[in-house]
Amino acid sequence: MTESKTEYAPVNRSKFKKIDMGKIGSHEQNLSAEDLPRCLNVENLNLYYSGAHALKDVSMTLPRQRVTAFIGPSGCGKSSLLRCFNRMNDLVDGCEIKGSITLDGEDIYHRSVDVADLRRRVGMVFQKPNPFPKSIYENVAYGLRIQGINKKRILDESVEKSLQAAALWDEVKDRLHDSALGLSGGQQQRLVIARTVAVEPEVLLLDEPASALDPISTLKIEELINELKERYTIVIVTHNMQQAARVSDFTAFMYMGKMIEFDTADNIFTNPSEKQTEDYITGRYG
Amino acid sequence: MMQTIKKFFASGTPWIWVNAGAVAISVIMTVGLLLLLALNGLSHFWPKDIMLANYSQPVLDSQPVEREIIGERIDTEQVSAERIISSGIPVSAQTPLYERELIKIGNRDLNGSDFTWLLTNYLSDISYPENLTAFERREWGNFYGYVQEVKEAGVTVVTSDPSIESDDAAWLVLEERIERALNIYEQIDTLEGDDIGEVNYALERLRLQERGYELRGTDTPERLSAIAAERANWEANYEILQTRLGELYEQVERDSVVMLAMNGDSTEINVSQIVRAYQPNGMHIGSKLVVYGEKLWEFLSDEPREANTEGGIFPAIFGTVTMVLLMSIFVTPFGVIAAVYLREYAKQGFITRTIRIAVNNLAGVPSIVYGVFGLGFFIYFLGSEVDQAFYPEALPAPTFGTPGMLWASLTLALLTVPVVIVSTEEGLARIPRSLREGSLALGATKFETLIRVVLPMASPAMMTGLILAVARAAGEVAPLMLVGVVKLAPTLPINGNYPYFHLDQKFMHLGFHIYDVGFQSPNVEAARPLVFATALLLVIVIALLNVLAVTIRNRLREKYKSLDM
Repeated sequence: MTESKTEYAPVNRSKFKKIDMGKIGSHEQNLSAEDLPRCLNVENLNLYYSGAHALKDVSMTLPRQRVTAFIGPSGCGKSSLLRCFNRMNDLVDGCEIKGSITLDGEDIYHRSVDVADLRRRVGMVFQKPNPFPKSIYENVAYGLRIQGINKKRILDESVEKSLQAAALWDEVKDRLHDSALGLSGGQQQRLVIARTVAVEPEVLLLDEPASALDPISTLKIEELINELKERYTIVIVTHNMQQAARVSDFTAFMYMGKMIEFDTADNIFTNPSEKQTEDYITGRYG
Repeated sequence: MMQTIKKFFASGTPWIWVNAGAVAISVIMTVGLLLLLALNGLSHFWPKDIMLANYSQPVLDSQPVEREIIGERIDTEQVSAERIISSGIPVSAQTPLYERELIKIGNRDLNGSDFTWLLTNYLSDISYPENLTAFERREWGNFYGYVQEVKEAGVTVVTSDPSIESDDAAWLVLEERIERALNIYEQIDTLEGDDIGEVNYALERLRLQERGYELRGTDTPERLSAIAAERANWEANYEILQTRLGELYEQVERDSVVMLAMNGDSTEINVSQIVRAYQPNGMHIGSKLVVYGEKLWEFLSDEPREANTEGGIFPAIFGTVTMVLLMSIFVTPFGVIAAVYLREYAKQGFITRTIRIAVNNLAGVPSIVYGVFGLGFFIYFLGSEVDQAFYPEALPAPTFGTPGMLWASLTLALLTVPVVIVSTEEGLARIPRSLREGSLALGATKFETLIRVVLPMASPAMMTGLILAVARAAGEVAPLMLVGVVKLAPTLPINGNYPYFHLDQKFMHLGFHIYDVGFQSPNVEAARPLVFATALLLVIVIALLNVLAVTIRNRLREKYKSLDM
């Protein structure tokens, strides 16, 4: 994994620069996350797994329609934080959460919140592609069928739109009714993204979406993230710092359950204010 | 040298030999068992040649009397001279072993028994005359002899001379007459079984209806007269059928045949008594094969005759298959739902662990215990409650308060539910967490995830459970003897009388049939080949049910084959 990335990194430096120059460099260099429209707001979040303190007093604001990346060494709590946003941690026995997370100003841990409804608004893509053992079409239509939409016309339309959004349409349009398990790993991951996009969420959570993929597929996923951020607020967890630098507008560095630094990607990667951040991105530990 | 031996053992070669040997022994034993069943069971239906011979065995203190023997040679075995002498036949003790032969002489009405053991040494003049005829009869077993005379309404139509082998005039006429009688008999069968059965069923229903009105105090004169009118209608119908039946019986009993049996005995047999007649000694292999096919088909498709020692075993096949299918219908949803609760919803802890252990142990409880439970709980408790609530008019005759198909299936479902629970749980545990999370992350509730993703993917495991359940249930006999299986129940549990499914009825079962024919039969020698044939059939039926389930499972597996995660 890491090896393939080292080979791959130089090829994409130009891409990094493009983003750097185009977006972060010119428009947002001096904007902090607080100045942009807020999407998710985390306040004094503490998370315990059967007593073990996994997230310590995390507070941050995630801006709308931007890509925010979480980086940090393994076990630092970045996935745990991500899984708080769609309440996936509810499934873990002995998990306890204190503090608040708001989505568009609403507390997502409030009693009146319908978890299924929240997860429809906050979609998630996992580390390993997990298509259902159904046809490509049924995979994408799954979320809609759950919502009770069974009209063929609507489903057809949504499947096409979502697959196009995930840049998969041209590759699979002739075999929509074949099993999704026949696709390659990268295609499967894009299918999973299409499946998530099909229910039209506001936020997309990506949990190391490219870590199980080959370099070419990784590139495609990253291109996809750049396109998707026009419409969605994207939160991505990654182990790969080049990837975080390439795709994110804002980056958060976490260590031992604490949010060490959260700033524009540009600042984090070129001018970190914390010593720990600098040590990590320069490869001194982690 | 020591080094080489050590090396040889270290290489693992002996271990491979041991493994392969174990497999080979298992295969040989299984194939051997099947071959034994097939040879003994299937050869029974072959039309064997009929021997004509003279026999004179030594008799104590007097001259041996020669007598004629006509019959099929079934079996031979070696017997020690001592045993023969002690049974009262003074043979020479010089020869240590004598061969004796089992001959099926048939003609139970004349001889008193169908089979006899003869010493091969004292058989002489063995021949196989072509005009020796075998009858299979509705009563008294087989008959062997010569066709002498065919009569129509007591008047002789044609005669043959038994001593002339090629004189087949009477035989040819007889064949036609048998054909005619069989056709009429088929009509009688339909009339008795279906038409008159329907009338009886309707009359019984009317009686129950009337009794029901009486019990509820709603027996108004109008209703009673309506019932009376309907009853009169059915009874008139019955009269018509009865008259027709009488006519048919008269027709079918028109012809008779005079037969010359061994030792010059002559007897007259009504043609209506004959199920099948053939002259095997003169038959080609082709026509023998046809008779063989007919007899085999009769075995598979017909009802038993003569205390189950003749005829077919169709009701037993039907009963076994119906019961197993019914059990599957009960056990699968029940087991799956229980497993889903245990694995998906229940909080994992001491109690679930205890329940799981208890479920596993249930699979080890001897089946007769389930039979006793079924009798006590299902039949005596549930059944009589059901009777009082829904069938009060039939009381004191029980409807569901007596052994029957429903209770037998439920008892077996109870017996096999642990297997289904255990394998479904294993299947559920194998579904990758990532797939569940994928579904939940799309806004599906836990229930929707279960229904749409988890259960379909676990369905092959459920089928595995069902396959094991079917394999166990189909071979089970002991509990069934308490909860619904009987020796003879020619009325099928699913038939043409409303409401078509009669789950309160008792039924026949292949496993019990084997026990009954083999150990409870009055005619052991006649029954023995049927035991083998029925056992073979039971194996085949279970194998077919398993093949069906395995095919379904493989299809499901193909459909839901998961990623290797």
